[in-house]
Amino acid sequence: MTATAAIVVNDLSKAYGAHAAVRGLTFSVRRGEVFGLLGPNGAGKTTTVEILEGLRHRDGGEVSVLGFDPEQRASELRSRVGIVLQSCGTYPHLTVRETLEHWAGLYPAPRGVEETIALAGLAEAADRRARTLSGGQQRRLDLALALVGDPELIFLDEPTTGFDPAARRAAWEVVRALRGLGKTVLLTTHYLDEAQALADRVAIVKDGRILAEGPPGELIAGAARYRVSYRLGEELVERETEDPTTLLHEATTAALAAGQRLEELSVSRPSLEDVYLELTAEAREPEHAVA
Amino acid sequence: MTLAWRQFRLERRMFWRNPTAAFFNFMLPLLLLALFGAVFAGRREDLDVIVPGIAGVSVMSATFIALAYNLTFLREQGVLKRLRGTPMPAGAYFAGVAASAVTNVVLQLAIVITAGHVVFGVAWPGDWVALAVFTAVGVVCFASLGVALSHAIPNSESAPAYVNAVFLPMLMIAGVFYDEENAPAFLRDIAEVLPLKHLVDGLSGAIVHGEGVSDHGLALLVLGLWTAVGLLLAIRGFSWEARRG
Repeated sequence: MTATAAIVVNDLSKAYGAHAAVRGLTFSVRRGEVFGLLGPNGAGKTTTVEILEGLRHRDGGEVSVLGFDPEQRASELRSRVGIVLQSCGTYPHLTVRETLEHWAGLYPAPRGVEETIALAGLAEAADRRARTLSGGQQRRLDLALALVGDPELIFLDEPTTGFDPAARRAAWEVVRALRGLGKTVLLTTHYLDEAQALADRVAIVKDGRILAEGPPGELIAGAARYRVSYRLGEELVERETEDPTTLLHEATTAALAAGQRLEELSVSRPSLEDVYLELTAEAREPEHAVA
Repeated sequence: MTLAWRQFRLERRMFWRNPTAAFFNFMLPLLLLALFGAVFAGRREDLDVIVPGIAGVSVMSATFIALAYNLTFLREQGVLKRLRGTPMPAGAYFAGVAASAVTNVVLQLAIVITAGHVVFGVAWPGDWVALAVFTAVGVVCFASLGVALSHAIPNSESAPAYVNAVFLPMLMIAGVFYDEENAPAFLRDIAEVLPLKHLVDGLSGAIVHGEGVSDHGLALLVLGLWTAVGLLLAIRGFSWEARRG
């Protein structure tokens, strides 16, 4: 397991005062895979990632990142890891290129600065000072700074928050390209389509616990059902089923026999969103029910 | 070492691109010198007070004020946290930042002392060793106090209030603008406990009176104590990110 695992987390816990942010997380990330931590705001995703990045102390449990304990803050580990933090600034008076040149100098074997600029889609903004960048460009600079050290493991904490749809797709392509290069990516997101599109495996996290873990396809197949809906006269019929074939056959047969039409017929395949909503609703504790 | 040098060069480049920083570091001491030089024109005794006084203010502004502002900003923006995630050792980062502050101090002292000599006829420093020693101690003292203060400042917007609340009163009572012998006793007592007055004393001895380090043992002692307090607070309380909430 450890030979192929980039990250191993065992019974990790962390509290801020009386608030338990992470409560016994256990998961592992294989080398070369894109792993998604999916969950609502406040689920403990960022706390978990920052512990793995060596930026935060843990209260309990074991953590191994590329074979290192991140809390020891070994220089070698930091040179092999790239980090995109949530909402994190850069030096406002430096240009994109200058910032990347400085960061490249901090790593033993960096990726070329121009190559990184192109990879992150920052060519037009390369000579602009960081303070003048748009929100989306700032975020691309975040990504570029995480990649310029040519890391083998990349942490992406909500990397596309604030992106427009086109920029988001572009960022997805970068993540896929990284995967193609054999890099390991740990991604947190609250966008379900992002997790479904990018992650080989996801862990759904809520209130500091993992509710489900596995490849998105398996989670969907295992937990959610097809939804069939149609209008019969004045009545709107909505039914869930594991086997839409039988249900559709029965419904259409009955309608034909009665000389009626199934108006607005739709059959929707379950998505990760259904799984997620189902799981997070089940896990909702009484005191949180208001939200 | 290479990384510290890189950080130093970066700090220099950023310094000159930030108009506020450049103003506070170079224009303010020069403006003060021009202003008080004009007021006290031809009054040798007053000029002998004002030139070392402004030299002391320069040391404080290039270290204490600059670090308190910059670290608050960098912490709030998350730049420190981002640097923490890179392989750069913390020591290299602080060495680069400190070397940049020292560069500003040296440039300012050169400007103030040269202007004092050329424009106002104040003598060249009489004891260069004492000048170097008091400058060095002053830098470490006020730099560490600036880092320590930055931990107490909640955000960039309130930074000027915090910094000026410490800087302005100390400036007023330290005998920068007048000979402190003329101040009321209770103000003198307060100034006696604070570091700026002692830095100005030491610099004044070195620049105007040609007095060595041994003539200002008490000044060195008080500065040393503040340095110890500053370093303790700066290192033990250091945080790479802004407080939550």
